[in-house]
Amino acid sequence: MPVRKPPLRTILIALCGALLVTPVQADDDPLTRGELIAQSCFACHGPDGQGADTMPPIAGWDEELMVEYLEDFQKGKRNPTVMDRHATGYTADEIRELAAYLSELD
Amino acid sequence: MSRSYSRRDFLRLGATGGTIAALGLAGFPTLSLARSQLDARIAVVGGGSAGATVARYLKEHAPNLRITLIEPNETYYTCYAGNWYLGGFRDLDTLGHGYDNLRERHGIEVIHDRAEELDLAGRRVMTRNHTPIQYDRLVVAPGIDFDWDRVEGLDREGTEQIPHAWQGGRPFRILREQLEAMDDGGTVIVCPPESPYRCPPGPYERMALIAHYLKSHKPRAKVLGLDPKDSFSKQTLFKQGWEELYGDMIEWVPASAGGAPERLSVADRRVFTDGGDQMHQGDVINFIPPQQAGAIAHRAGLVDDTGWCPVDQETFRSKRHEDVYIIGDAAIAGDMPKSAHSANNQGKLVAATIVGELTGEPSPGFPTVNTCYSLVAPDWAFTIAAVFEHRDGRIREVEGSGGLSPEDEGKEFRQVEAIYAPGWYESITRDMFG
Repeated sequence: MPVRKPPLRTILIALCGALLVTPVQADDDPLTRGELIAQSCFACHGPDGQGADTMPPIAGWDEELMVEYLEDFQKGKRNPTVMDRHATGYTADEIRELAAYLSELD
Repeated sequence: MSRSYSRRDFLRLGATGGTIAALGLAGFPTLSLARSQLDARIAVVGGGSAGATVARYLKEHAPNLRITLIEPNETYYTCYAGNWYLGGFRDLDTLGHGYDNLRERHGIEVIHDRAEELDLAGRRVMTRNHTPIQYDRLVVAPGIDFDWDRVEGLDREGTEQIPHAWQGGRPFRILREQLEAMDDGGTVIVCPPESPYRCPPGPYERMALIAHYLKSHKPRAKVLGLDPKDSFSKQTLFKQGWEELYGDMIEWVPASAGGAPERLSVADRRVFTDGGDQMHQGDVINFIPPQQAGAIAHRAGLVDDTGWCPVDQETFRSKRHEDVYIIGDAAIAGDMPKSAHSANNQGKLVAATIVGELTGEPSPGFPTVNTCYSLVAPDWAFTIAAVFEHRDGRIREVEGSGGLSPEDEGKEFRQVEAIYAPGWYESITRDMFG
């Protein structure tokens, strides 16, 4: 026999009474795909895309320029060594989201 | 009439705090939380490439999470780039990474102790010298352990004479000192392991970079590879480089030509192959043992009959225990090789997954990546690259992406890739330990 559950409203009121709800900050937004793809790039391009040693920085690039570079790499342009093999792993949407995120970094 | 509550029902209201996380863990629907409100306790066992990455990125996503990283060593020496040291063009000290940054800059509690047992039912990590560490989520990144039973004559005690140099630090120093002490005209035997193992191209890079050292210091010496396999990663590119730079100084014998080691005599420095009929006398022997997941994964019942850890390849949640994530070399990860770069990406994926679970906003996921530089000389390198997605139940390469450096490129291309290799090392180790 199914057990009847208490009304949802009752549960929610009880929880609200027990807990303090604090405001959500801007950097509390859910993680985005662009941010997570960028973090994958940081393995080669350093934390926060700052570059390291011989690896060039990718933070703060103009969004359109980054899209242009990655699309060119997909076509084998700009004399890539390894970036053509990486860029071909991403869709146009993913490249756009990545470029938008990187453009916001200092 | 009964009804069930959807996550969306709770999201409408919003909520806060570790109490809600605890409710979620207790089986209640997960509520939507801000990342800064998360204060769950997360234990990470193992402070290598995977463990350091997941700890750091969990903190980056949610600064109030209480992260405890349990790692016995105060300095982690990478296995990767160890061959550069063997080749004589990188100091071993530069391959060691401490935990001060993770502790002081990122607010991670780092405990230098050995995790002895995992009490999965009680959600505790039992260490040798500390009181049990309670957790809400557990990430296990135990790396590799060696299987000493698969080759006769091979044992842990023999590693002073026959160093494996497949875990960083001291084993590399032993091997390097043996190379330096060897007479010109001597033979260095390198025995790669059976697959799967950590760093698939590593043994073949090692053969090249030992030859690089010998070429200028002991030019009559030889490198002999005795392999239980018939093919290996980046094979064509390695053979091109070996031949171009070292001529007949390097000889590689595959299993099909009688190269598979059957027995080892540590005291005499002899390797017996081809069913034991062929004896190879070495002056220095680098026997890289067969591998399996780190010992604690075995003790906790997290491995299958392959000796590695089966995981849901979308989340890296253990298939043996749903409250545990397993990352790095120990995990069975589809097409992803056991590499530092894979471990780093898996750490980031699991950090985002755990934060998504705790906030109630599932991670959007992202394509993971592997990049691996191999050097044949300080100015001669090539790469393998791959972008991965979760498809049809496992991790697979994105079609049309990735691959090897072109075979038809010449010295200039190899030089450029060699310039980037130390940049990759600097970037990825800062990303983990910086």
